[in-house]
Amino acid sequence: MPKLTTTKLPALVLLTASLSLAACASKAPKELPPQPTATSTTTLPPEQPQGPVPGSQADFLASVLADTIHFDTDRYNIDTESQGVLQSQAQWLAKYPGKMVTLEGHCDERGTRDYNIALGERRANAAKNYLVSLGVDASRISVVSYGKERPIALGSDEASWAKNRRAVTITVQ
Amino acid sequence: MKIRKIALILSLSALPIVAVAQPQPLPASKVAPAGQAPADDGGLTGSVTDESEWQDLGIAIPAFPTDTAVATPAEGGNTEALGRNLARVVFNDLKNNGLFKPVGPDALPGIGYPQVTAPSFDVWRARSAEMLVQGFVKAAPDGKLTVGCYLYDVALGSELIRQGYVVQPAEWRRAAHKCADMVYARLSGESPFFDSKIAYIAETGPKDHRRKQLAIMDSDGANHRFITNGQATALTPRYSPDYSKIVYLSYLNGYPRIYVYDIGSGQQRLVTEGKGPTFAPRWSPDGKSILYSMALNGNTDIYRVSAQGGASTRLTNTPGINVGGSYSPDGSKIVFESDRSGSQQVYVMDADGSNQRRISFFGGRAATPEWSPRGDQIAFTHIGGNFRIAVMDPNGGSLRFLTDSWQDEAPTWSPNGRIVQFFRTEKNSGKTGIWQVDLTGRNERKLNTPVDASDPAWGPVLP
Repeated sequence: MPKLTTTKLPALVLLTASLSLAACASKAPKELPPQPTATSTTTLPPEQPQGPVPGSQADFLASVLADTIHFDTDRYNIDTESQGVLQSQAQWLAKYPGKMVTLEGHCDERGTRDYNIALGERRANAAKNYLVSLGVDASRISVVSYGKERPIALGSDEASWAKNRRAVTITVQ
Repeated sequence: MKIRKIALILSLSALPIVAVAQPQPLPASKVAPAGQAPADDGGLTGSVTDESEWQDLGIAIPAFPTDTAVATPAEGGNTEALGRNLARVVFNDLKNNGLFKPVGPDALPGIGYPQVTAPSFDVWRARSAEMLVQGFVKAAPDGKLTVGCYLYDVALGSELIRQGYVVQPAEWRRAAHKCADMVYARLSGESPFFDSKIAYIAETGPKDHRRKQLAIMDSDGANHRFITNGQATALTPRYSPDYSKIVYLSYLNGYPRIYVYDIGSGQQRLVTEGKGPTFAPRWSPDGKSILYSMALNGNTDIYRVSAQGGASTRLTNTPGINVGGSYSPDGSKIVFESDRSGSQQVYVMDADGSNQRRISFFGGRAATPEWSPRGDQIAFTHIGGNFRIAVMDPNGGSLRFLTDSWQDEAPTWSPNGRIVQFFRTEKNSGKTGIWQVDLTGRNERKLNTPVDASDPAWGPVLP
């Protein structure tokens, strides 16, 4: 699968849109995207099993590598793995130019409260800036920091903290 | 707020003898005849386990008698029962702070009303009491309560100090706190602090779905009240110096912003219409301005805004996270936290933002600095493996750790600068509680709160 570089994305979008869908399928998302064979928009019966509604949050989750990127302790840089994730998100956003997203920044519990709000904001902004560098209009991205207030992994151990140091992209319907 | 309703009687020369005429007979209580001591089932032996560091005074605090037991809306239902409750509050205040070994009314014989000003010193000497706190309570026809408070040196057989207070029945506990403050200040030489309040965040629910409500209580945990309902996460409250408002962070409308909540009206308003999230709010000592932090494009700086609103003044301007802030008592300087050096450290600047300099140069990180109301110490969270509460002087010297646990953070000072409150988080469970420790680090205890608690903010002594 060709890896996208970070520049000139808008020109590539149309070409890569279907590729990215295929890439997703190979990553076994929870729900498969609709088959690309669908020129058959002719009056399907309503009980037809459906994939996610195109442009929906479910479609977003099914289409991108992940909705979440992770950070090292007290860091906010976008590492190579996160770049790939954000590139897949940028592709989806290019496909649905009317969609807005919120980037949530989070921290692990091993920080003081005020600082973590600032650090979560910094992480979400780093992710936002990377998406913008990929051609996503900044006005489509809002940022909110939850600091250490919303952990998803509940242990007090390095593995849990690593999961909680994250930025999550959520589509706004 | 009815702060002004408490009046200090400055020269309470003698006990009023004439009983106040009362329209109502007593509902329940049987009035014990003055001077008749109940069964002696206690004494000044044992019952206190605190390791006292610099005081080992046995203080006897018998129930405060009343001239005539009459009905009152204050706790107890009548002035006689109220007198016992008053003495209990004084006892608990003095007991819970590690400096004294008081014995309360439930372990002591009662005294008669005339004895309040003429103690039976021989009886107390026989009980090994060194100090004696006696008081009385009586109700005026309009319902107001008069509480007298006397401190005696038993060995000398003499009075050390006395005060009297007139309070509304609903504020009866304040009279007891003022009495405890009088005793504490006279015996320790320190400023008083019991008659004060705490704002904090009440926490319930599982770790990944924590409900966080703004709440307030008296310094001893009484008069507890939830302010917000928990639908929006509330964090980091601070009482205004006059207790009329609380500034805090709320995720109301989805984004973190600081609001000023007016306790009297129940209304709140945004402090500033910033472009970015605003957080870590703090009052100036005169209550006229508010410090806050705002993040813009990943960079966080500290700003000052009038408490009335208006334009903000930016005080820091360096890449990185500059956050928090706590004024020196005279308002001339601000201690704050910054990671401009690469990790969280403590800095001091002039109140206008000039002369910024780092003061913490020991190992580990240093966060959440709070200037003592006495001006001589800065309490902060030391991060080096575990999170511990520590103090240093305003130049960054004389580092001392006060606690040693897995995660203690966010210190706040007692009004007299002798005790630090903070919150402690349990490993794994994420349960939180408010604790306090004195400056010796030896007298540490957890405060009783109805639910889990964090982000304490101790206000000044009430006028």
